[in-house]
Amino acid sequence: MAQPTSNSFPGNTKSSGYVSRLYGVMILLFLVLMIPGLAMSQQAIPVAEDPEVEKRMIALTEDLRCLVCQNESIAESRADFSNDMRREIREQIHANKTDSEIIEFLVDRYGDFVLYNPPMQTTTILLWFGPLILFIFGVWFLISYIKNRRIQIEEVTLSEAQRKKVDALLNEENK
Amino acid sequence: MRYLMPLIAFMILAVFLFAGLSLNPRQVPSPLIDKPAPEFELHHLHEPDKVFSSTDNVGKVWLLNVWASWCVACRDEHPLFVQLANSGLVPVYGLNYKDESTTAMQWLRQYGDPYEVSVVDVEGRVGIDYGVYGVPETYVIDKQGIIRHKQIGPVTVKSMEETIIPLIIELQRQA
Amino acid sequence: MIPEIGNFALILALLLAITQGTLPIIGAARGIPSWIALARPVVQGQFVFVLIAFSCLAYSFVTSDFSVLNVATNSNTELPLQYRIAATWGSHEGSLLLWVLMLAGWSIAVSVFSKQLPDEMVARVLGVLGLVSVGFLLFMLFTSNPFDRLLPAAMEGSDLNPLLQDPGMVIHPPMLYMGYVGFSVAFAFAIAALLSGKLDATWARWSRPWTTVAWAFLTIGIMLGSWWAYYELGWGGWWFWDPVENASFMPWIVGTALVHSLAVTEKRGSFKSWTVLLAICTFALCLLGTFLVRSGVLTSVHAFATDPERGIFILGFLVVVMVFSLLLFAWRAPKVGLGGKFDLLSRESLLLANNILLLVAAGSVMLGTLYPLIVDSLGLGKLSVGPPYFELVFVPLMTPAIFLMGVGPIARWKQTSLPTLVVRLRWAFGVSVITALIMPYFMGEWKPLVSFGLLLAFWVIASAFVNLKHRLSNSGQGSLFAKLGRQSRSYYGMHCAHIGVAVFIIGVTLVNGYETEQDVRMDVGSQVEVGGYSFQFNGVNDYVGPNYQGIRGDIAVLKDGEFLRNLHPEKRTYNASGMSMTEAAIDTGIFRDLYVALGEPLANDAWVVRAYHKPFVDWIWFGCLLMVIGGFLAVSDKRYRLKIRKKEEIVTKPEEKTVEPVDVAEAPASAAVSAPAMATETRKV
Repeated sequence: MAQPTSNSFPGNTKSSGYVSRLYGVMILLFLVLMIPGLAMSQQAIPVAEDPEVEKRMIALTEDLRCLVCQNESIAESRADFSNDMRREIREQIHANKTDSEIIEFLVDRYGDFVLYNPPMQTTTILLWFGPLILFIFGVWFLISYIKNRRIQIEEVTLSEAQRKKVDALLNEENK
Repeated sequence: MRYLMPLIAFMILAVFLFAGLSLNPRQVPSPLIDKPAPEFELHHLHEPDKVFSSTDNVGKVWLLNVWASWCVACRDEHPLFVQLANSGLVPVYGLNYKDESTTAMQWLRQYGDPYEVSVVDVEGRVGIDYGVYGVPETYVIDKQGIIRHKQIGPVTVKSMEETIIPLIIELQRQA
Repeated sequence: MIPEIGNFALILALLLAITQGTLPIIGAARGIPSWIALARPVVQGQFVFVLIAFSCLAYSFVTSDFSVLNVATNSNTELPLQYRIAATWGSHEGSLLLWVLMLAGWSIAVSVFSKQLPDEMVARVLGVLGLVSVGFLLFMLFTSNPFDRLLPAAMEGSDLNPLLQDPGMVIHPPMLYMGYVGFSVAFAFAIAALLSGKLDATWARWSRPWTTVAWAFLTIGIMLGSWWAYYELGWGGWWFWDPVENASFMPWIVGTALVHSLAVTEKRGSFKSWTVLLAICTFALCLLGTFLVRSGVLTSVHAFATDPERGIFILGFLVVVMVFSLLLFAWRAPKVGLGGKFDLLSRESLLLANNILLLVAAGSVMLGTLYPLIVDSLGLGKLSVGPPYFELVFVPLMTPAIFLMGVGPIARWKQTSLPTLVVRLRWAFGVSVITALIMPYFMGEWKPLVSFGLLLAFWVIASAFVNLKHRLSNSGQGSLFAKLGRQSRSYYGMHCAHIGVAVFIIGVTLVNGYETEQDVRMDVGSQVEVGGYSFQFNGVNDYVGPNYQGIRGDIAVLKDGEFLRNLHPEKRTYNASGMSMTEAAIDTGIFRDLYVALGEPLANDAWVVRAYHKPFVDWIWFGCLLMVIGGFLAVSDKRYRLKIRKKEEIVTKPEEKTVEPVDVAEAPASAAVSAPAMATETRKV
């Protein structure tokens, strides 16, 4: 895993035709890098011990509300409450709980308020079907409006003589 | 009439907005009300080798007060609990939440110790079971071990005298 | 002394606003020329006094006068000058003053650029603006006076919210208010038209440029807010469907519908009552947004210090404005003519369909935003509605709207035939399908959602080009450039804004589809690879900012082992509030952003670092910028400039001057007849 720092900067092996300013920057950087002893460029360790668990945890917590924050998800928030929740959820994932079991666990303790994605139930029917109802109403309005106006407007058809007159007037104006 | 529809729709909306003004969006009711209090066994704060079990309290009405020495608002409500404990009306149990035991004991020496027993919840796991998200929180638990009331945030003179004490007397009268 | 002058100036401004809101309107109704003539000078007077009040407040902030409560709570002596000035509008009270100042500014603009309008119309418009101003001035003086004294004066102020101590935040609120207030001009035009009973195409022509400018400013405001959230909140999100964001987004959607509906009303005389209703709704949504942000009925990331008393006042104001406007609407609208006839398939009907989709979308956003409040006020418990809901609802509603965006500009006014449309858009559709299918492969992985998003975007772009090509071939003789030069700026404006939407969609789609991130513990010297770039952590150093203690990370970015640049993400702890802020470091590029933020410190100088590779993320804001440019292109159109030069003459000119060349070229007969036909419209009742 570990590799010498110089490997990450092959700039010093480049031909001398390289812009000198850039070369200077390189050397400077190289020196800066050398300052903290023999800095080794090793790969950083992911914060998450188990990337799979972390992925599931983040997917879950993105849709959960941090109760002590103004309006942030547990995934985004760095509040103490959210740290605890993330820890709790990680542990439950390790304990082979399913996503719905974990969500149930939280809802039992904190109520539906923690869910950014409210479940379908009697109190949320209007929320989930509201947009559809609005959409159907909109389409109905559109069709009835257009139909109605076509009945209401009676366009006066011009006689041949009138049309000629209009054309003449228009032509005159366009000149 | 058709042209009055927007006005009607708006007025309905306005009624809801007006109703919304008197609500507190941050007050989340606990789903644990009227549910059995989650059982726990935790070590005493003062005598760490002793274990307190929540089932020990079956048969009496008791208060569980979640507190911590780092919690500023706890200082506001604390005198009320000292007063309540002195009156001998109801036993108050303390859940010392995510705290350092030495500073917690120091804090109790300074501000008075109203607690029958204080138990230690270092990692806040019992807190999660009780749906704690802001300290202080206070639970009123009846003789059957059912949570009857939850106060989120500091108890005030008003909430103590108008809600908590009458509720305790009421619960104590029941079999 | 200075704050008292400011306070006094506000009271004088209120008196002038009352005058402005009453006499000219009565004068216009009764035909009293001297009262009508009062409108312009009173507007100018009000502006002067509001400006004085604003300057007084700014002065108090700059000189750190902590005997003013507002200054003491929102500023301190350590705060750098630019943020002390910005703090003037950083608080609830100050932002209201800024709002009123902008309202007065827009009113002045109306009074100056409306020389060609009949005097009664100007009097009514300015009168309505005066009444709006009365509402806000009363609100300020009674519930949130920015000049309230703090006695005895504080020794030192607290702090401007560190989140606001940022260049983006300095200009975000003024731009947003420019938009909100601009829509009050559109509202004033609508009410003035309703008052006069003369709701015609001329009214639409007058109000259209103002509306477009307001829309453009609101777009800039929202764009800046989103961009600020992106680099300031530290996790690289750019839109959270937060109530406050929704509060600015709803008027934007309805405002977009209004801009399009106005086009129909101006060109074809149709949808008049619809357009007026939209103008009223847009303004109402601006007020609703103010209510939501300042009353504390909803929890939000960036709400002001809230107060139910203020809530009651704004709600009362909103109710008064809306009841009056909607009653006026219900009284006048039934008598309004219907305008030109059009078929089931025509540009009018397509624009109306688009309007309705936009309204349904705005309604859904409103439903989601207010639903927790509704459920709570009915005593049915607390719940949260968040991003999953809005994404699920908004995207399906916008899909047909974006499809129509491609068709609309190609369809003809009055009637259009489906076969012609299909033939003309055939290859645009083909090209967009093929590109959308192939493009995701170049990004590394084919994903159905990405492909779908790209399809929408390419559809808009391809159909815009089809439209341009067709239009050029109908633009008479001459070279390509001559033909291009012959097209109006409003035509280019439209396409610019539409392509802006496409660019926006590309940005959203690609960043959602291909964003990668790493959350790592970095020792000094260690590296992490994200999206083909290596980030090498070279430690942190402490430094002292003007009013905060900073920790600046030093991270080298390498591509294929070659050094690109250093990034310096920061952590700041503000002295006054003790609040800690994350300043992300971003390497901006056309095709990707590299985004690095510091997390928490660990042992041995190691840090938790979050690094992101965000492909095409800047296209989101670039798309918004194109929309804005489109808006300004449209208002700089010749016909508006012409109007100022040759005032009266144009107003009396008949409709057909504005008929687009494409119509003339396509169907000379129908276009030529359309104007007289419109004039002779009658209703069978």
